Amino acid sequence: MNNCLFPVFLSIPAISDTVYYLIAAFLAIAVLFGIFLMSKVKKARLGNIISAIALTAGIVITLIRIELIPIWVLFICLGIGTVLGLLLALRVKMIEMPQMVGFLNGLGGLASAIVGAYALLGIGADLDMFSRVSATVALQVGTLTFFGSMIAAGKLHRILPQKPISLPKHQLWTGLSFGLCLVFIGLAFVNGISLVLLLVGSLIVAMIFGIVFTIKIGGADMPIAISLLNSLSGVAGAISGLAIGEVLLVAVGGIVGASGLFLTQIMCKAMNRTLFDILLGKSKKVVQDGKPKGEKPIIDEVIEAKIDVLTILKNAKNVIIVPGYGMAIAQAQHLVKQLADLLVKNGAQVRYAIHPVAGRMPGHMNVLLAEADVDYDDLYEMDTLNDDFKTADLTIVIGANDVMNPAAREAEGTPIYGMPILNVDQCKTIFIFNYDLKPGYAGVENPLYKRNNGVYMFLGNAANTLKTIVDDYTHK
Amino acid sequence: MEYILLGVFVVATIGGYFLINNVPSLLHTPLMSGMNALSGVSVIGALVAVSVVLKANNSVFAVLIGAIAIIAAMVNVVAGFTVTDRMLKMFARKGIKHE
Repeated sequence: MNNCLFPVFLSIPAISDTVYYLIAAFLAIAVLFGIFLMSKVKKARLGNIISAIALTAGIVITLIRIELIPIWVLFICLGIGTVLGLLLALRVKMIEMPQMVGFLNGLGGLASAIVGAYALLGIGADLDMFSRVSATVALQVGTLTFFGSMIAAGKLHRILPQKPISLPKHQLWTGLSFGLCLVFIGLAFVNGISLVLLLVGSLIVAMIFGIVFTIKIGGADMPIAISLLNSLSGVAGAISGLAIGEVLLVAVGGIVGASGLFLTQIMCKAMNRTLFDILLGKSKKVVQDGKPKGEKPIIDEVIEAKIDVLTILKNAKNVIIVPGYGMAIAQAQHLVKQLADLLVKNGAQVRYAIHPVAGRMPGHMNVLLAEADVDYDDLYEMDTLNDDFKTADLTIVIGANDVMNPAAREAEGTPIYGMPILNVDQCKTIFIFNYDLKPGYAGVENPLYKRNNGVYMFLGNAANTLKTIVDDYTHK
Repeated sequence: MEYILLGVFVVATIGGYFLINNVPSLLHTPLMSGMNALSGVSVIGALVAVSVVLKANNSVFAVLIGAIAIIAAMVNVVAGFTVTDRMLKMFARKGIKHE
């Protein structure tokens, strides 16, 4: 087999270590530069392309450096991966982006876990303590990233129930599996420890930890979970690089791990949660006391005469639109844009207020609105626009709930308490397009639905209700 | 060698941490997706490991597992960069200005 795999017809001058380090450093800087550009609106696409080229170059350099060119099996694998990747990427819908990122992230974690497992068995790595420990960590982080990401993706794709699943003694399971992960890492420091034990043990405990950690997460914490897992897959890559002595892996993985963690922090802050609480599956309990159970929402003022609605729309000169995940589900972004265009034609100023965690991923709303051709100059972050609700003539809420739920300010003990929200309630006239009057993803009732004046509820699929209004507006 | 690697890890981590200050939330999803693609860098590790397996022994099982690693990581890389580009393309194409 060896002979057939290694025909001696190709000999490319090997790249010396020093040269390789220089190349790796250059590529790492290119990746840093690419990510840096990706954080600027105008240059983001270029940044992505630079990162892609840097990574491709890294793969090519590796193939040349360790003389892998003659091994055709590798190229078949790379080819299969490329074709599958392109098929997936070109077919996925924009609304499915969160689960796509979660799924892809899982694949990256899987690869790192396998590299870690190999290294642990001495394949591609020396069998010293340094490799053993880093291989164990890489295997664990990769495994937990894989299972965690797949569950997160499954939940977002609605294959798995979206509600947080709580096992009996859930915290114990989380704590125990996490503790055991640490134990196995500790064991890796012991010289002469059974490698099979390390491998199998790490695999099992990391799998359990990944699963129990993610199934408990529901609702508003999902964006954070995806972001954290994204960071972890970088960490897994970096540590597997430590194990097998691949400097490029270490550099790129480290960069991704750290910037991913930073992004996660930004999100935690926006949600008023700590990473630690989320990791341990702690969720603030929804308090039901103080509120009579089973209270029927008042729907009296829900349906107003259409003429009223149109008058309000025509008189509004200063409009703020608040999109939420409901807009994504209803695929209503194009209709939102149509309505906004009509208002603008009527001389109104229309701005979009984007809550940092609206949707299921940070920036989710921006992507969807961009798909509908909304100019990104019209999109505003929460802090910029939050004082303007007072003076706006009309606020149109499309499928958003938790991000503008005033309960976040007052209802202590609820999951969203303390979360910064959009001050929609300060606006005198509010249109709310929601599927139903049920509480949002976080499970907290929205007192705004019961406000008596100036709140107009449009229930049902936002795409349908919006369509009716847009049609009425155009034909009248 | 180990110290060099750890040093690289620390430097890369610090660099990455301070890199993405002040990202407009507009770009959070594409950024996350781009970084996700980059984490497919583990494809390099998979290539190295599989080549070692091929050189060292003939275990079909080990090769198969490694092949899965390469394919998975490659899907991550290719699909990751492509979906990121798809998203960013929409931002690049500015909406038709009103009036």
